[in-house]
Amino acid sequence: MNLFAETIAWFADPAHWVGPSGIPARTAQHIAVTLIVTVIAIIVAVPAGAWMGHSHRGQGTVAAIANAARALPTLGLVTVFALWLGIGLRAPLIALVILAVPSMLAASYSGVANVPRSTSDAARAVGHTSVQTLTKVELPLALPVIGGGIQSALLQVVATATVAAYVADIGLGRYIFAGLKSRDYPEMLAGSILVILLALSFTAAATGLGKLHRHIIRTQGDTA
Amino acid sequence: MNWISQNLAQIGTLLAAHLAISIPAILLTVLIAVPLGRFAQASGRGRGALLAVTGILYAIPSLPLLIVIPIITGLPLRSAATMILALTVYGVALLARTTADAFAAVPAESLEAATATGHNPTARFLRVELPLAAPVLVAGTRVVAMSTIGLATIGALIGIPSLGTLFTDGFQRGIAAEVATGIVLTLVVALVVDAILLGIGRATQPWTRTLRREGAFA
Repeated sequence: MNLFAETIAWFADPAHWVGPSGIPARTAQHIAVTLIVTVIAIIVAVPAGAWMGHSHRGQGTVAAIANAARALPTLGLVTVFALWLGIGLRAPLIALVILAVPSMLAASYSGVANVPRSTSDAARAVGHTSVQTLTKVELPLALPVIGGGIQSALLQVVATATVAAYVADIGLGRYIFAGLKSRDYPEMLAGSILVILLALSFTAAATGLGKLHRHIIRTQGDTA
Repeated sequence: MNWISQNLAQIGTLLAAHLAISIPAILLTVLIAVPLGRFAQASGRGRGALLAVTGILYAIPSLPLLIVIPIITGLPLRSAATMILALTVYGVALLARTTADAFAAVPAESLEAATATGHNPTARFLRVELPLAAPVLVAGTRVVAMSTIGLATIGALIGIPSLGTLFTDGFQRGIAAEVATGIVLTLVVALVVDAILLGIGRATQPWTRTLRREGAFA
């Protein structure tokens, strides 16, 4: 009960709400890192996965990468890049991108590869080039699957950005590591609560976007 | 390579600690998630509740979960039990869903045929339902095992020994070889456990020979 009260006191302390290590600044950093990493990973993974799915090549490679990535230890990747590239933003950003790519690659591959052959053939028959077939027919049809892959990658990055704070001065994870170092349990707990709230907000936002997208598709279908 | 040969004893200890966390977590996950998923599948409302709860649990980042668990349970922060519990939470969140899907995919005709040929509910479950759901259950367990073994390294951040200790120790002392050893060993452990699970799956389901390829990709 005491710990609970101390954590509430930590949140109530106005000093924790201002400055470069205040809650608004840390939350903004955490969100910025998450979005930057996700956008870079989309640029890398979606075109590559979609093209491989379009040409039905590299299924084994995509499956092997997605499988190995499950066991790839986040913390190991973050620390090894930090040792190579030094303290700063570069190491955690690269490590997070590497972690975000596999699920998007797999989703883009299977989303495009699972578009019915007859649909792709029909697009070619009415005069679409190979690239047009991919961008105008296959990608829109694969969008829900690709969106699902982006969503799971996004949630993974929000969570993992916490671990990245071990090697860089970024995000809400700093409260947890600072608290661990000084055995300040209320600070650790406050940081944990903030990260959990942020992750759950991202989940809710992603689910909401998915619903909105399906709704738009349905209403377009009605008017067409 | 030099670093490895000079620190074999420490690597062995951490490897043993890693297995002592991951293996119980994987076993507990199967023991909890399979009955849970099966019963949730049996009732429509249960299935919705299961999906909602597992979705939320799975969205909770691992490091904060490790810090919150001792407060809820009273376990010491730096104990293997805290780590096993956290890994089991994620494992169950993953496998309970897969289990519900696996049992949902069992054809109703097969169950009716089993009842018609005189199977009581227990025999029907053990001899018809479970074998038909088994390939998906094994595939799901393999996914859980891979992610559990990778995730167990996170405990090193709060001082629970595992192969992850090679990351924190290597980072603090600036020894890249130590961190690299930890990454490679974690992947090797995951691959070995995966191969064992694949073997168990094949040994217990000699009839799925033709389904193997699908199972491997599920």
